[in-house]
Amino acid sequence: MARATKKKASKKSDKKRSELTEEKVEEKVEVMYDDEDLNEDDENITSEEEEEEDERKHHKLLEAISSLGAKRKKTLGERSEAAVQMSEFTVTAEGERDRVDLSDLIGSMEKTPGVTSRTKKQLKNLQKDNKTIESPLSRQETDRIQRDVAFQKAATEVTKWKGVIKQNQRAEQLIFPLNREPSGPKPIERVVTSWKAHTPLEEEIFSLLHANKQPIHDPILTPAEEASMKAMSLEEAKIRRAELQKARALQSYYEAKARRARKIKSKAYHKVHNKAKRKEFLKQFDEMVKTDPAGALEELNKIEMARMQERMSLKHQNSGKWAKSKVIMGKYDLVARKAMQQQLEVNKDLTQKIVTSLNAEEEEEEEEGGDAEVLPDFVNDAEQAVDPSNPWMRGKLSEDPTEKDMIVDLTAEEAPRAAEEEEEEEEEVKEPEEEVLLREFDERRKQRQAQEAEAQITVEEEDDDEEEEEEDKAADEEEAELSAFTSLFREKAEAAADVTDTSAQLEEGLTRIRTLEDVELLSVPQEEAAADEAPLPPPPAENPPPEPQKREAAKPKKRKRAIELKEVLTKEPKVIQVPLAPTVEDAEDADEQLDQRGLIKEAFAGDDVVADFLKDKRKQEDAGKPKVVDLTLPGWGEWGGTGLKPSRSKRRRFRTKAVPPPPRKDQRLPSVIISENKNSAVRLHQVNSLPFPFQNHSQFESTIRSPLGRTWNTERTVKKNIKPKVVTQMGAIIEPMAREELLKDKRPAAGRGGRGGQGGRGGRGVDSQRRHIRDKRAEK
Amino acid sequence: MASPGEATVKDSHVGKKKKPPARYWPEQQKEGKDDNKVGKNEEHAEQAVEQEEQKTQKTTKRKQEGGERDGKKFISGKMDPFPGPARIPEDRINKFKRKDKTKKPRGSHYKLKDMISRSEKASEMAQKQAARFDLLLPEDAGFLEGDEDEDTCTISQEDIADAVDITAGSKYFNLKLSQFGPYRVDYSKTGRHLVLGGRRGHVACIDWQSKQLMCEINVMESVNDVKWLHSEAMYAVAQKKWLYIYDSNGIELHCIRKFNDVLRMQFLPYHFLLATASATGFLQYLDVSVGKEVTAICTKTGRLDVMCQNPHNAIIHLGHHNGTVTLWSPNQKEALVKMLCHQGGVRSVTVDKTGTYMVTSGMDKKLKVYDIRTFKPLKSYFLPAGASCLSLSQRGLLSAATGDIVQVYRDVWSSPVTKPYMAHRVPRTVWGLHFCPFEDVLGVGHGDGFTSMLVPGAGEPNFDGLDANPFRSAKQRQEWEVKALLEKIQPELISLNPTELGQVDRASFAQRHQDRVQALGFDPLAKEKFIPKYKTKGRSSAGGVERRKKQVAYEDQRDVIKKTVETKMKMEKERKQKEQKATVFSSQRSALDRFKK
Repeated sequence: MARATKKKASKKSDKKRSELTEEKVEEKVEVMYDDEDLNEDDENITSEEEEEEDERKHHKLLEAISSLGAKRKKTLGERSEAAVQMSEFTVTAEGERDRVDLSDLIGSMEKTPGVTSRTKKQLKNLQKDNKTIESPLSRQETDRIQRDVAFQKAATEVTKWKGVIKQNQRAEQLIFPLNREPSGPKPIERVVTSWKAHTPLEEEIFSLLHANKQPIHDPILTPAEEASMKAMSLEEAKIRRAELQKARALQSYYEAKARRARKIKSKAYHKVHNKAKRKEFLKQFDEMVKTDPAGALEELNKIEMARMQERMSLKHQNSGKWAKSKVIMGKYDLVARKAMQQQLEVNKDLTQKIVTSLNAEEEEEEEEGGDAEVLPDFVNDAEQAVDPSNPWMRGKLSEDPTEKDMIVDLTAEEAPRAAEEEEEEEEEVKEPEEEVLLREFDERRKQRQAQEAEAQITVEEEDDDEEEEEEDKAADEEEAELSAFTSLFREKAEAAADVTDTSAQLEEGLTRIRTLEDVELLSVPQEEAAADEAPLPPPPAENPPPEPQKREAAKPKKRKRAIELKEVLTKEPKVIQVPLAPTVEDAEDADEQLDQRGLIKEAFAGDDVVADFLKDKRKQEDAGKPKVVDLTLPGWGEWGGTGLKPSRSKRRRFRTKAVPPPPRKDQRLPSVIISENKNSAVRLHQVNSLPFPFQNHSQFESTIRSPLGRTWNTERTVKKNIKPKVVTQMGAIIEPMAREELLKDKRPAAGRGGRGGQGGRGGRGVDSQRRHIRDKRAEK
Repeated sequence: MASPGEATVKDSHVGKKKKPPARYWPEQQKEGKDDNKVGKNEEHAEQAVEQEEQKTQKTTKRKQEGGERDGKKFISGKMDPFPGPARIPEDRINKFKRKDKTKKPRGSHYKLKDMISRSEKASEMAQKQAARFDLLLPEDAGFLEGDEDEDTCTISQEDIADAVDITAGSKYFNLKLSQFGPYRVDYSKTGRHLVLGGRRGHVACIDWQSKQLMCEINVMESVNDVKWLHSEAMYAVAQKKWLYIYDSNGIELHCIRKFNDVLRMQFLPYHFLLATASATGFLQYLDVSVGKEVTAICTKTGRLDVMCQNPHNAIIHLGHHNGTVTLWSPNQKEALVKMLCHQGGVRSVTVDKTGTYMVTSGMDKKLKVYDIRTFKPLKSYFLPAGASCLSLSQRGLLSAATGDIVQVYRDVWSSPVTKPYMAHRVPRTVWGLHFCPFEDVLGVGHGDGFTSMLVPGAGEPNFDGLDANPFRSAKQRQEWEVKALLEKIQPELISLNPTELGQVDRASFAQRHQDRVQALGFDPLAKEKFIPKYKTKGRSSAGGVERRKKQVAYEDQRDVIKKTVETKMKMEKERKQKEQKATVFSSQRSALDRFKK
């Protein structure tokens, strides 16, 4: 089994994977061996018990026989002995000394010479380990653990959605259905790329295409093509195309020739043909020995194998039906005799040992010393590869399987981890694939350059690597065939393979040329698109706030109010000269009396105006001051009566002094009285409590500082300001989010313009308030 | 437009006297240069930054973008010398700035962070867009310039009219209406229409640019003031007794008897409020969109014949005979601010467009300039004759009338002025002054009719077509009217600080409740007092009523007691539970503890 799997593994292209499977296989094998050991142990134990069993059976049989004649009795259930120690297997373990100890077994191990020191050590360790295995947990506990694990699993599954949900919650605007296609015409490339296989048929086709590295998502280039794009220039591509054309032509010639040859029925022709081929093969082999010893050795191995099989079988030894009939006929028929001889010749040919330089060397070496060290490395390798099934021979015993065994109840945890590991592996595998491709192309290019230098173009040598691969694939079938012909057949097979291969390459070339031009054309708009998408240059930095207009102080600050006020009013004004003197008096306009009064006022103006104003101001200030409340009552604790005043201490005790009011706004302005009354009308329209997420007033006030309406903003700003939070398409079904959404959101969601956001109760409240206020925003 | 102002006015006065007349091309060239320079500087800076970043191995957005820009190629192979969108001048961006940014708080809720960053982004975008689509004709206003040793104030209107083109020249004209003068004047918001109100009852509406008379009536009563309402379809006339509203055909629409003895009027265009000051000392507000009186405030300061509005915050300024100027809003029964400006009575008050400066003139023949954001005096001038009427233009030119002479001043608040910018003598005493919006024209109403004089540099050359379009058609006007009505600001929102609405009310609950009680007139949370029903057949005896009252009172008390007991019980229970839990946790009795002795 191990071998078979190994073969399969070898077939796989990626080496990594094959190694892995190998390991697995080895593990399995190891396990099997362990089982066998156990069985052996069991056998040892049970050998004595079997005798007892036999006795019992015999006894039973006797009983049965005796009971045949007599009346049918009720047979009681067997209850043979009352032992102190009951075995699970209804086997008594009477004598304790009969029990088998591990030490007994191990003792024998030490004596056997074949056991490695390592295993001995391990066994010793095992012996030392006297730990008893803990009893299994109760059902409830295991259940609880399982529940825990299941919960964790579910939780992790659910938390995957967290990011998406948060994003949606915060998004400035959500347009449902979420995965809506933007309306309007789309570039054809995007349409093609975004198309996905839905039906099973399509999926199947796609899987096939995918397996062949055909372009699925990007219709322009396959990965191979892209790699080739990277690998070669236009001239090289042209040369390559020419090469491939030539190769194709040759291919067709060869095919035609092969077809013709296949149709020829003449045996003689084929005989000659085969002979020639064989000779040629031998010649080639000789050459190969010189140029490629490893390949030659493989060939040799194959030939050897064929020889062995030939020697084993009776195919060409004149022992078949046909041969026997020929023997009878041979006396009289020359032809029959000849045929028989031919067969024997074939046998001889096949069984003949081919002596090549390689073989000769080996033989010589073997003869000389037979030391393993002297052998070439690859020989060793091959041997190792031949039997990996022996666990003792592999140095991997230390790789404990215990770890995995221990995690029985933590499977749930393990599963995702395993998945992750797999993913990692895949990634690891993927990268090398590309690298391999690139390397291949590099090699090819180098080869071509070398060929150019030598000025000889051959088709066969071009794809060595691929040939090897083909060999590997075909190896299974070919092993069974005869060695001499194998190479010939293989050549044919290769030719056939080459046909497909080269044809594929030719197609490749054709597409490539097309794409070279295409890509040149395509790259420009792509770049442009990228440029378009590039964000605008950063907005010019915010200006520092303009300095508040500084008025030149008309007068220096002074403390004394009254004096200052007078100064203000009697300050030296600038006299303005007017070129035109007024000819008409003011007196004309108003009624005489009023003007008279005005004149009088003007004449006696000055002190009383200022005094009146000051008095007024003082009155206002006094009104604003809180009054001292005196709650003293005469008589309590003292003498009371007319003419008696309550004592000072008492008055002080019952007098409540109010807190001094905040300074008046007009404290520093002598000629101004500013009313301290609050405007309660505006208060009804103000926001009277800080909305939810805001921490202080200034934050909220800054968010509502700019108006939203059309009167104060450009159209674009208004549209942005009043963007609704949720938009639903009319008639569209809003489905719950699918799993694809999760994957999609790993990339930055550009389409929806979710730029982090608000959401929830508080935000909407504020918005509504803002809208409410909008209408009432004040002047200008 | 939605410009938060200041910048425009400031710009116009930055230049001193010897500034070359503004033209498109040199200005543009200069700007272009500036832009280029700025761009280069920035590029250099960016490169430097990139180098630094490369040194520090930091990958920031900026660097990435820089790299992309370098990598950007065109088919022609040439690089775009000016990649990205065109730069916006910083001063223009600053013009549309609304308050400062807030920092994103660290370690706070993500919702808060998102919200703040989003709003910042939105406001930044709004600011930039507004700056980008700002006025397309940003050239400077041209002013009158005299030759050497020639005062601009000596140049006569005739000379100016001759010098300028015919259209502009035709804007200087005199209407000789000596019969019913003196005249009050008002221009409509778009500046196309003019209403004249003669003291002796003559009222006329004129499309003054085409000199087309829309209507002309005589109200057969003395006229104190005239004012256009929100559009040129209606105007209010303050007549001897009542306030009247006429339409543009001279048909009387309303006679408002609630508004008596009105002397002066102001119209607040965004609130649709007509504010009137009466001889009886009342300041009244009329909502012209619904035709209701909003408030009537008794100022207790006597006759109110000096009035103006602050266009920035819709506060009404009143001047009084005792030299004070008071500021009023319809929401407060007392003056918001009371300023002592003059030693004599105040003759005229005016406030500039941005709501920064107030100019007053008084009986003491002084002209004073105040900063009304801080209520501090800036400049004080002495005019030999004293100014009876004041008016400020959109670009900040001040016109003052002294007797029969109209003087126009430049830069009264920034630099001390010794001479007027322009002066013009009208036939008789000036009664009304008004700068025409969006035109370099000053309308003067006087005893002998009306004079329209040219004042170069007075009007704002750029108008907002959606707000006040001088060239709008009837259809556009209708559209505008609907929109303006929809965007009408309620009178409650008038306050000294127009951005107060955007602030959070930090008053306590008690305070708020008190305000609510005041506004509603009753306490919505108060419990009703029990009034026993009157019962017949002797059951409503004094004792019975008292008993019933007591019953109810007891019941209430019982409820209260029940509640308190319940809460107490609840608390006790909770306490017990807590204790139990605590004991359980402290002792950790195992199952085997019961066997202990």
